[in-house]
Amino acid sequence: MSYHAGTYDCIVVGAGHAGCEAALAAARLGARTLLFTLNMENIALMPCNPSIGGPAKGHLVREIDALGGEMGRNIDETYIQLRMLNTGKGPAVHALRAQADKYRYQNRMTRILQDQENLALKQALIERIILDEQGEIAGVETENGALYNCRALILCTGTYLKGRIIIGDVHYPGGPNGQRAPLHLSVSLQEAGIQLGRFKTGTPARVDGRTIDFSQMSEQPGDTDRKYFSFLTETGSDLNIPCYLAYTNLETHQSIRDNIHFSPLYSGKIEGTGPRYCPSIEDKVMRFADKERHQLFLEPEGLDTYEIYVQGMSSSLPEEVQLQFLRTIKGMEKVEVMRTGYAIEYDYVVPTQLTLSLESKEIRGLFCAGQLNGTSGYEEAAAQGLMAGINAALKLQGREPFVLKRSEAYIGVLIDDLVTKGTNEPYRMMTSRAEYRLLLRQDNADLRLTEKGYQIGLVTAERYAAFSRKKELLSDELLRLQNTSASPADSRVLAMLEERNSSPLRQSQSLADLLRRAEINYADLVRAGLGRELPEAVCEQIDIQLKYAGYIEKQLAQVERFERMENKPLPQEIDYAGINGLSSEARQKLNKLRPASVGQASRISGVSPADISVLLVYLEQRRRQGAGHE
Amino acid sequence: MKEDTIAAVTTAAGAAGIGVIRVSGEDAAVIADRVFRSKRGIRLQDRPSHTVTYGRIVDAQGWFVDECLALSMQGPQSFTGENIIELQCHGGTVVLTKVLELVLSAGARLAEPGEFSKRAFLHGRMDLSQAEAVMDLISAKTEKAAAAASGQLSGALREEVSDLRAKILEIIAYLEAEIDFPEEDIEKMSRAELQKKLTSVAADMERLLETFQSGKILREGLKTVLAGRPNVGKSSLLNALLQEKRAIVTDVPGTTRDVIEEYYNLGGIPVILTDTAGIRETGDLVERLGVEKTREALIAADLILYVLDLTEEITPEELQLLREMPQDKLLILVNKHDLLQEAAEEAEIRERLREYPLVFVSARDGSGLDLLKQSIRERYLLPSGRMSEQPLISNVRQKDALTKALQAVRAAFASAAGDMPADFISIDLRQVWLSLGEITGETVEENIIDEIFSKFCLGK
Repeated sequence: MSYHAGTYDCIVVGAGHAGCEAALAAARLGARTLLFTLNMENIALMPCNPSIGGPAKGHLVREIDALGGEMGRNIDETYIQLRMLNTGKGPAVHALRAQADKYRYQNRMTRILQDQENLALKQALIERIILDEQGEIAGVETENGALYNCRALILCTGTYLKGRIIIGDVHYPGGPNGQRAPLHLSVSLQEAGIQLGRFKTGTPARVDGRTIDFSQMSEQPGDTDRKYFSFLTETGSDLNIPCYLAYTNLETHQSIRDNIHFSPLYSGKIEGTGPRYCPSIEDKVMRFADKERHQLFLEPEGLDTYEIYVQGMSSSLPEEVQLQFLRTIKGMEKVEVMRTGYAIEYDYVVPTQLTLSLESKEIRGLFCAGQLNGTSGYEEAAAQGLMAGINAALKLQGREPFVLKRSEAYIGVLIDDLVTKGTNEPYRMMTSRAEYRLLLRQDNADLRLTEKGYQIGLVTAERYAAFSRKKELLSDELLRLQNTSASPADSRVLAMLEERNSSPLRQSQSLADLLRRAEINYADLVRAGLGRELPEAVCEQIDIQLKYAGYIEKQLAQVERFERMENKPLPQEIDYAGINGLSSEARQKLNKLRPASVGQASRISGVSPADISVLLVYLEQRRRQGAGHE
Repeated sequence: MKEDTIAAVTTAAGAAGIGVIRVSGEDAAVIADRVFRSKRGIRLQDRPSHTVTYGRIVDAQGWFVDECLALSMQGPQSFTGENIIELQCHGGTVVLTKVLELVLSAGARLAEPGEFSKRAFLHGRMDLSQAEAVMDLISAKTEKAAAAASGQLSGALREEVSDLRAKILEIIAYLEAEIDFPEEDIEKMSRAELQKKLTSVAADMERLLETFQSGKILREGLKTVLAGRPNVGKSSLLNALLQEKRAIVTDVPGTTRDVIEEYYNLGGIPVILTDTAGIRETGDLVERLGVEKTREALIAADLILYVLDLTEEITPEELQLLREMPQDKLLILVNKHDLLQEAAEEAEIRERLREYPLVFVSARDGSGLDLLKQSIRERYLLPSGRMSEQPLISNVRQKDALTKALQAVRAAFASAAGDMPADFISIDLRQVWLSLGEITGETVEENIIDEIFSKFCLGK
């Protein structure tokens, strides 16, 4: 029996990484928001690796933070180890990566949600979406028959929809980590006209740290100098708990090969497409047969547990086989498994059905975010959750959607890729996907986005003040460096150049020009008495902006060309079938995808540059015809 | 916002009297000024709208290419509504292609099919009724251009370019995998290895570009100039080569008053022979005009056959003149070999002119002519060892894309050599990958990620 249980502005289904950001953003922007979780104990759960960040993913976290999201601050307070990766490979690909204490991470996020004004938190399994007569979102129904009304619904159901767990020849319905899986919500979505696909992913076993001889492995400590995800964090958890590096060996591989016929992937029990960047160990052994060993990272799951995550060992082989091959590894001869690795198959929403604001093109008021949209990873999920939360709130306020361009943020690349091109495997963010990578650095995420976050209303006064101060210090100092010249005779300059093994000046040069030399950093100027005492983040900005100015300008010029097309909107009511000059493939694809701008249209496969030219002429024709009617 | 500046030949292909290259966009005049020289040093940038300026087109080395009338039109009062410079040159594919190439390397982009009309419409220079026509024009022209391009994309070129792309893709995959998966246990490419690979790719590209030159010669003819002092026998040689009397020959110096062009099939190479008036100072006005044309012809030529008379002393002035000529095009013919009296004489001449390639010929008895043909063939058809076949790079668009790719390879090499981080090398290599893709029509980004995953074992 159903009953009416309440009315909210915005309902978020699922309290994983996407759902938490979505609910917080919507509530912080003033929407009365209700967040549903399957299980109050599992909010912001990390059912796979206990880690956040890395190349492109770390960039996403910085961007989420710069816009006023929560993930950055949450991990800063709960990490057990922090490392900056890629430090030798160029400033744009520096990437922060943290090992999380997954329980503390969950606890902090749960508290933040509970403390949030405008936000209610309830445990329930949602099995149905409710539409009104216009086909717009009206609410949801729980499995217990509670009906909740809302004007905006954000689905963040992760890998749970019709989830199926597979371990060898054993399989059963279920979500990750022993959770339940909604079985009817998929049907309800399909009935509403939403097209679903099926993906798979997997996770390795968790083992008991007390049964591992870590002395047989190499210790992997974190960095000692502290850099945080959040631009606001001044002191984080500041722990440095090591991980351990181990390797598979020929015996491991033999054991896997001997049992490969039990693999549900090889026997055809799994139909969903899995991600290439997260292959199971059986996949690695079979596909790269000549590799004699594969690397494993043993990562603690938290301070208050002995559980260890075995990164690199994802598997859906039978439980006893998993134990058998784990015990072939040096230092793990007596290992005990605490949780078995598994593969999971689940329904996802084909993301090309969404607009750039992550709203369904068919059902107004329905937003989708996170792994539900065919992505993988906590960071990708959180980024979408934040954007969906912002856009749901903006819509409720009658404001324009907030869309980030590919030239502005990894978040923009992520969402544009998803809704424009779709994906045929769980989508992972990679720096190689960003064509303007040099501009989308993790160090300047605040400079790129905080102003926007402030305009939306998500950035707090505290954050905005800190940001404005940094920006001012930076521009003042850049100006001073350009206008201050260093004379060849200046003893401070001479000493500095000599110390840095840099050739002497022949004539006066600006300090900015001096900093363009690879071997001179702002810190050298400070030591020589030619710089100022500035926050480290400002010094870093100065070095990067001056040293790579040539490359940066080149990309800025490309961006200018790129944005010209992005800034030409395509009205949604255009009937592309009626535009004669378009190729038939272009007409079909454009009618199906209904892109928001000429730029987005140009990225649809099958739409050629000539089609774009035709569209431009068509738009101009339309504009002049429109002007004629007025 | 600034639109890029585009250029294309706007007159129909084939030998017309006048050929026009249209340059349209904000920087039209700035770009045109890089290839255009007026006699009095007037810059097109400084010319008012709707004016004509007489001058010449010169190449990067300052050599004369063609005479030219430049029409300046400032937007919005122009066909496209943008700044336009139209360069009216002498017709003929050879000259027009050369001028277009120069304009492109001076900073313009080759116009897409129908792009001038598109811009004209977008800038309000055509009325609404013409919109449909413009859209049709774009699609029709694109179809035609695509058909022509695929016709000109030989199987051999497609193979070569695909091969180059595969090599670049491999390098990109190495760099990107290292960036996106820094903690994975994957094979890395050393800087030395990277530089070695880039050097080899650059060499392949240079070789491919060379085929544009020889391809052009096969297609359009080797522009050959017969030069030399009056009465050394240039016209007789020309006749001997053509085996028919074409130029007027007398013993009076300076009878050949005009430049006469003839096509000649030289063992498979189409040669355009130009006989010129003798090079010397003269007071005769008519003659002086002819001499000036000779100098121009020398500069525009692919090959200069400089004729000496064996029986006459080589003067210091003449040696000076030889030194001033474009050396890479120069071949010296010592005529009247039939009048040679002793072998020592020949040795002495060889010694005096040892810096130059020499062939002894006789217009009268035809001796040495076979040797001449052979050395021309060797010089123009054999350098890359593949000239007997179809030229690979066959049009300006292909050449332009390949040139851009080569520049980007060089930039990547410089970054690698300068110890720049991997990210910066990758930026240039992506440009290479895209430019090469323009030749074969493949520009799918996803390939890079596919390559990374097929090459490396990655993941948790």
